[in-house]
Amino acid sequence: MAEEVLEKNNTTEKEVQGKKVNQELPIPYQVSSNPHVRSKSTTGSIMLMVIIALLPAAGFGIYNFGLKALLLIAVTICFAVGTEALCNIVRKQKQTVSDLSAIVTGLLLALNLPVNLPWWMAAIGAVFAILVVKMLFGGIGQNFMNPALGGRCFLLIAFPLQMTNFITDAYTGATPLAALKSGEAVKVTDMILGKTSGTIGETSMIAILIGACFLLITGIIDLKVPASYILSFALFVLVFGGHGWDPAYLAAQLAGGGLMLGAFFMATDYATRPITKWGQIVYGIFLGVMTGIFRLFGPSAEGVSYAIIIGNLLVPLIEKATAPIPFGYTRASFKAQKKGGKK
Amino acid sequence: MNKIGERLYNGLIKENPTFVLALGMCPTLAVTTSAMNGLGMGLTTTAVLVLSNLIISLLRKVIPNRVRIPAFIVIVASFVTMVQLLLQAYLPSLNESLGVYIPLIVVNCIILGRAESYAYHNKPIASFFDGLGMGLGFAVALTLIGAVRELLGLGTVFGYKVTPAGYVPMNIFVLAPGAFFVLAIITAIQNAIKDKMPEQKKKDSKHPAGCTEDCTKCGQKGCEHRFYDADASTENPNKNEKEDK
Repeated sequence: MAEEVLEKNNTTEKEVQGKKVNQELPIPYQVSSNPHVRSKSTTGSIMLMVIIALLPAAGFGIYNFGLKALLLIAVTICFAVGTEALCNIVRKQKQTVSDLSAIVTGLLLALNLPVNLPWWMAAIGAVFAILVVKMLFGGIGQNFMNPALGGRCFLLIAFPLQMTNFITDAYTGATPLAALKSGEAVKVTDMILGKTSGTIGETSMIAILIGACFLLITGIIDLKVPASYILSFALFVLVFGGHGWDPAYLAAQLAGGGLMLGAFFMATDYATRPITKWGQIVYGIFLGVMTGIFRLFGPSAEGVSYAIIIGNLLVPLIEKATAPIPFGYTRASFKAQKKGGKK
Repeated sequence: MNKIGERLYNGLIKENPTFVLALGMCPTLAVTTSAMNGLGMGLTTTAVLVLSNLIISLLRKVIPNRVRIPAFIVIVASFVTMVQLLLQAYLPSLNESLGVYIPLIVVNCIILGRAESYAYHNKPIASFFDGLGMGLGFAVALTLIGAVRELLGLGTVFGYKVTPAGYVPMNIFVLAPGAFFVLAIITAIQNAIKDKMPEQKKKDSKHPAGCTEDCTKCGQKGCEHRFYDADASTENPNKNEKEDK
């Protein structure tokens, strides 16, 4: 068989050379550009996994805060999806709603809001997250900042009173982190279970960790960013927290606020974290240190969302500094190549 | 007369210093926390711009080319000092709310830009109206930005409450980020309107006749859709030589 094919190829070549030199050869096989091996996962399937992973936290939020939480989640999701659909229609672009990323943004935003927030404020946050942070920069994958956190920080500056009002019928006290900051005692077991005040999705460490384990097992996220984030934050708290080696204080800092939600669901956002392996670790450490600085030395008790969006802005620099050495180069030869290329 | 109208139109719309030229961003972003501040800043700048344009145009044959920038600065600075003293005397509240941005008008790039590009080369009357047009364009832009920020951030316009009682003002629009949001959105809106105006349409955006949409085999060098320059390596040296001569 092989010889036959070879002969055939030879004859066609000769014939062509005999007739016309410039005539294009009929290509006997399909040539396509890489990648040749594709994975079955799509944006939509990954986003679906993230939604499933967020369900325990969302469910616990609804159980903890009542139907108002469900209303807020529905509002943010509807407005996020609606804004994305409208943007695509106005710009006459391919409809991207079916990749479910707007639902993830809406859901994540709702989990970061206090349950008392009027619904129209949540709607403004969702519209801002999708319209300004995501669609104006080119849609999915082009956003320089996590849209849900962008929306939350916009609301935090626009409506500071409403965004920090965590008093509900069930919980009248301050959030655990605020109590911790003012030196009061907090119940760590309640914080791990989630029976505290706070935003809809951040209170229950267990519910978030169930979702995070699901994402880790299915391979949607890996531990590089969350682990380096949480470990560096823990170290920062031990060194600068002023409590020395106090496991209860450390556990309260780790379980309180949006640290777990931020570390597993928002710092790991594909579009806004570094691609390189070492870049992800540097990014995680940076987030941990920034969160520590905001929480311990800043005026407010919480700092996860600001830390992550500042980290998002530094991602291009981190990637540039941690670019891997291509296969076939040594460190020295790659550096020489780079220098030569610049000339 | 026609020239005057043309200058005013140029300053207000065609080359609006804020929305089209994007000059003078520092006062634009910093003082437009309310419509009144925007209007005050805009009119102050207009006064300085008109007078400095007029004087620079009158002195354009006296000022040597080499020291023209220091000479412009001296002229502009004297007018700014006058305006600031007048504001301190008659509008102390406005002077206080504009603060350091009044003295900073001296280095406002709209004023130096107009002096350099227009007043230094043109007759006094035309320069006067060029300054008026540019200044009013700046004032209108600042008032617009200030009004939107005040409306969203405080629920008022020129100090009068216009929003319903249930409206909760969004603080962010009075703070620095709001200035960037509002400026960007208004610029985008006016660009969208401009693109739709018939006179602003691009001259020839269609592909030339016989286009196969394959630029690698196309010989038409003047085509604006050509996405790469095949002869760049051979053409550039010649170009440089010509420029050198």
